Amino acid sequence: MKTLDLQELEKRFQEKVDKEIKIEPNDWMPDEYRKTLIRQISQHAHSEIVGMLPEGNWITRAPNLRRKAVLLAKVQDEAGHGLYLYSSVETLGADREATMDDLHSGKAKYSSIFNYPAVTWADIGTIGWLVDGAAIMNQVALCRCSYGPYARGMVKICKEESFHQRQGYESLVTLCNGTPAQKAMAQDAMNRFWWPALMMFGPSDADSPHSAQSMKWKIKRFSNDELRQSFVDATVPQAEILGLTIPDPNLKWNEERGHYDFSPINWDEFWQVVNGNGPCNKERIDARKKAKENGMWVREAAMAYAEKRAMKKTA
Amino acid sequence: MKNESLYNYVLRLGDDSLILGQRLGEWCGHGPILEEDIAMTNISLDLIGQAMSLLDYAGEIDGNGKDHDALAFLRFENEYQNALLVEQPNGDFADTMMRQFLFDAFRQPLFEKLVHSSDAQLSAIAEKSLKETRYHLKHTSEWIIRLGDGTEESHTRAQKALDNLWRYTDELFSETSADLSLVTSGIVPSMVEIKEVWNKTVHAVFAEATLQIPTNNWQFEGGRRGVHSEHLGYLLADLQYMQRAYPNMKW
Ligand SMILES: [Fe+2]
Ligand SMILES: [Fe+2]
Ligand SMILES: [Fe+2]
Repeated sequence: MKTLDLQELEKRFQEKVDKEIKIEPNDWMPDEYRKTLIRQISQHAHSEIVGMLPEGNWITRAPNLRRKAVLLAKVQDEAGHGLYLYSSVETLGADREATMDDLHSGKAKYSSIFNYPAVTWADIGTIGWLVDGAAIMNQVALCRCSYGPYARGMVKICKEESFHQRQGYESLVTLCNGTPAQKAMAQDAMNRFWWPALMMFGPSDADSPHSAQSMKWKIKRFSNDELRQSFVDATVPQAEILGLTIPDPNLKWNEERGHYDFSPINWDEFWQVVNGNGPCNKERIDARKKAKENGMWVREAAMAYAEKRAMKKTA
Repeated sequence: MKNESLYNYVLRLGDDSLILGQRLGEWCGHGPILEEDIAMTNISLDLIGQAMSLLDYAGEIDGNGKDHDALAFLRFENEYQNALLVEQPNGDFADTMMRQFLFDAFRQPLFEKLVHSSDAQLSAIAEKSLKETRYHLKHTSEWIIRLGDGTEESHTRAQKALDNLWRYTDELFSETSADLSLVTSGIVPSMVEIKEVWNKTVHAVFAEATLQIPTNNWQFEGGRRGVHSEHLGYLLADLQYMQRAYPNMKW
């Protein structure tokens, strides 16, 4: 049998992508496509799991039982997203444990937003509104990603994320219609989370090394800056309804562009946080490592027991 | 108050769910396996849901317009009537699973009987809670067996957990004279029956798990009458923080 040469395979692959035919796990794909997806999906999975920590931090202190239940359910959803995404990574031939070890060693990244502390109850609503909101902007586009399992997973995940976003917003509505102390708490959270939320879309297009190729492979549909702009445009009116001030003196509607203008992002801060110097990077990774180390004997016990059972069956 | 005996009984059920749900919530994000993180959060969610229904009902019986939040967040420590077992710290995964198993094995037969309560509302709450509890008990029994009959380390840890927590189990079955009057009127079951079922369950599971019931059978009590361990104060400090720091606000 004649083996197709690499160029021919790549050509056929690109044709499929151009025709919007989904790539499935057993289909041929370029090594770089596989690597890019493994990197991106595992980063996404890590973000879900690390993202449980700042919010989990408020479960025991939620102000009433309904909010406690809502928060528990939300953080549980995020764990489910993580689980689903780790299995998507596995469809590409990567190992879940090894993928997690990359997180613990600092080799793999996750969304830098989770390196900021959640210090007040208003942060929980704000994270739901802005952080899940920003995630949705990214992920709605990913529902049309060329890689089938990722695209399909995103459909379900997006539904839950938009539920989280609405719950977060609703919680802020309550604060903003509450006492001056509650309103001030909400404004303070907005002041701290606005810029990190905008940074969630990643570096500016000019500084985004993988973007062009990802667009061609239809892993990505919109550029970082396009998505960031859509987020700002969607969020400003929501902040107005809440009566919260966005901490950017240059934020204003640009009639000509049909978009909001906003100040340049502090990319120094962004890169510092990405590279490990955010306020909570160490705490987040330490917490995940500790969970893994403390869980080692549990996983070993489960395996040992399963083996004993299997032996008994064959005996 | 219309019925103080029933109030206390329902409040106790609610407090057990509340305090244990709060404890399990501490695990969220730190579980030994992602799947278990989800499972523990799930149990926590069920327990908080039960606490809401039960405390609402307690407030209704009391008739002073208190809802579940007023009862959950605004009592003093000695007004909580949960059993000492559920306020014990999470410890390691074996401690948490053991605490949960001992509790679930008590709750399942209790709710099974409460489904037939002559009190319609209590029966309805029991019916919903029973479905959840069956799942919890299945889950924790499996883990106790797995840990007990897993590795040497997991066996040692599970046995240590059992040795520590066994002392708090008798209290689950304590009955006041007020409770006995509820038994007579068919509102609640006798704890004697519940303990029989519980005994069978725990003996069977521990046998399969190769775990030994401690020979020292000294038992503690106090929670049911508001005398708690030192652990509860810290738990309440977290639980009540927002309501105490920002009184009378809507969230
Ligand atoms: Fe998520
Ligand atoms: Fe996400
Ligand atoms: Fe979310």
